[in-house]
Amino acid sequence: MTPLITVKDLNVAYQEKPALWHVNMSIQENSRTAIVGPNGAGKSTLIKSIMKLIRPVSGKIEIEGRDARHALKRVAYVPQKGEVNWDFPATVLDVVLMGRYVHKGWIKRPNRKDESIALSALETMKMEAFKNRQISELSGGQKQRVFIARAIAQDADIYIMDEPLQGIDITTEKLIIGIMKQLQQEGKTFIVVHHHLDTVEEYFDHVVILNKTVIAEGTIGSAWRKENINRAYYEMSGSHD
Amino acid sequence: MMVEVLFVLIVTAMATSLLGVFLVLRGMAMVTDAISHTILLGIVLAFFITNDIRSPWLIIAASLVGVLTVYIIELVSQTRLIRQDAAIGFVFTALFAIAIILVSKYAGDVHLDLDVVLMGEVIFAPFNRIEILGFSIPNALWQLSIILLINIAFVLLFYKELKITSFDPKFAYIAGFSAAFIHYALMTLVSVTAVAAFDAVGSILVINFFVAPALTAYLLVKRMGSMIMLSLFFAVLNSVAGYYTSFYFDLSVAGTTSFIALITFMIVFLFNSNGWVSSRIQKARQKKQFNRAMILMLLNEQSHESLTQEEIMSHFNLTPKQFNRHIDHLLLNEYIEKQNKKYRLTPRGVEFTHYTRIKYELPEMI
Ligand SMILES: Nc1ncnc2c1ncn2[C@@H]1O[C@H](COP(=O)(O)OP(=O)(O)OP(=O)(O)O)[C@@H](O)[C@H]1O
Ligand SMILES: [Mg+2]
Repeated sequence: MTPLITVKDLNVAYQEKPALWHVNMSIQENSRTAIVGPNGAGKSTLIKSIMKLIRPVSGKIEIEGRDARHALKRVAYVPQKGEVNWDFPATVLDVVLMGRYVHKGWIKRPNRKDESIALSALETMKMEAFKNRQISELSGGQKQRVFIARAIAQDADIYIMDEPLQGIDITTEKLIIGIMKQLQQEGKTFIVVHHHLDTVEEYFDHVVILNKTVIAEGTIGSAWRKENINRAYYEMSGSHD
Repeated sequence: MMVEVLFVLIVTAMATSLLGVFLVLRGMAMVTDAISHTILLGIVLAFFITNDIRSPWLIIAASLVGVLTVYIIELVSQTRLIRQDAAIGFVFTALFAIAIILVSKYAGDVHLDLDVVLMGEVIFAPFNRIEILGFSIPNALWQLSIILLINIAFVLLFYKELKITSFDPKFAYIAGFSAAFIHYALMTLVSVTAVAAFDAVGSILVINFFVAPALTAYLLVKRMGSMIMLSLFFAVLNSVAGYYTSFYFDLSVAGTTSFIALITFMIVFLFNSNGWVSSRIQKARQKKQFNRAMILMLLNEQSHESLTQEEIMSHFNLTPKQFNRHIDHLLLNEYIEKQNKKYRLTPRGVEFTHYTRIKYELPEMI
């Protein structure tokens, strides 16, 4: 099986300091892939590189064999909560509608149909009651659900999420994982930065263990092993500073 | 004649505050301050080339330097060596200083500064006139009306792109919208508008017009569309109020209008529904209601069915005065009754505690 996304010898540095070092890995189509690693391992840097938001020192990112740049519109990005300005004057529905912009191109505005797609995405995330709420008035978990609703409204093939489960309660966590599994049935692919080691097996079928470089990757069965986890989290800590 | 001054004010205020919305939303309000100084460099350079103080090239060069200012600020803050606000301060003082040095070194005998080229006194606007389709109108009114129309067209056309690049630039990039294009288009319009507005109303008012109505609107809205409409409304309101106030008290139009804008901002800041005053009032009211509810809840507990004043007070952190006011209120509304110096719940009070438990999601008493 040819992979959906291939990362070839990726090196990324912030001001001389390497954040990613000789990263080679791939993401299988229709997988739920977790990216795990300690703080500062470069997880966010890796997914931002995949989305071409960061210019690497060297390396290639390919989606279905072509430079990722050509396929970005197929990607839905769920950022870490702190990354956007929550005081922006927009309602929940406004934000979810932004998912539809991808299909509109320049200048054309979203129409009725886009609005009904956005509303049903909100329903999926059990957020329809909040559609006219200003986004600053949402709790952390609700904000996360709005972003995921935006990704659903975008109707992308590839979902890239940066710690979507951080700081949310167990009900919302189950809801998000349920949606993820359901969308996988519909052929979507998930790349999720994940922080809780004890739920990796339950929530994902593939894993990339990262600490500046790839420690292990593959199916949960082959890569999610004690020795790999120990290497990423304990043996390597401090050795790169 | 004089009413034309008002028209110039209104049109300038609308042209600037429309773009001001996006400057505020992008945290770039300071940029207008920077541009207002650095455009002198454009004027100086163009003057050296044309040697004509009234050449239109001076205005064009000023606009170009405005855009250049934004570009350099961007480059400096992208290095991440200093923060954006520091970058703004650094770039604008540097460019302004170059302009001053050039003026003092090479143009010593010409009186060349912002005041000369960008005259900037709105009550003189009617004296500089232009003939359009047989009508004689102030030049500034004509120029700024055109700029206003261009700005409106820009915002209408790129409404969705402006929204998404201001809110979430990364998402905009992935979705295929060039944040850079929108950014520089916006900043070009800001520069051109600023230069024309300086010429018409002077620098104090321009900075004020760019920022004050948008900030005032920002306090009141939950959607970007309403922020734009409200910002335009405040632009007009401040202009009209500033104009008439200045004539009534015989004050400077620019100073008065700026001051009025500050007043409208303060009023909205203090009195909007999330504002300082209303949240104080609301908190005080909630605290009062909460204390009263807690007194009733206490009397609803089985062992406390009837209590003396001292017994109740021992449970709360209230002064006797506060306590008496609460008790009077509860007696008056027949939530409690007094018998032999002891207080107990009325049926109405019991019912109230029942609903309070539901409201605060507390377990029911058995
Ligand atoms: N914009 C930046 N400028 C400079 N250094 C950065 C920047 N972003 C990240 N870094 C550094 O690069 C390294 C990797 O950061 P990254 O955010 O990718 O880690 P992460 O694995 O996502 O960590 P976390 O679990 O804390 O989110 C860290 O050492 C971090 O300090
Ligand atoms: Mg991270």
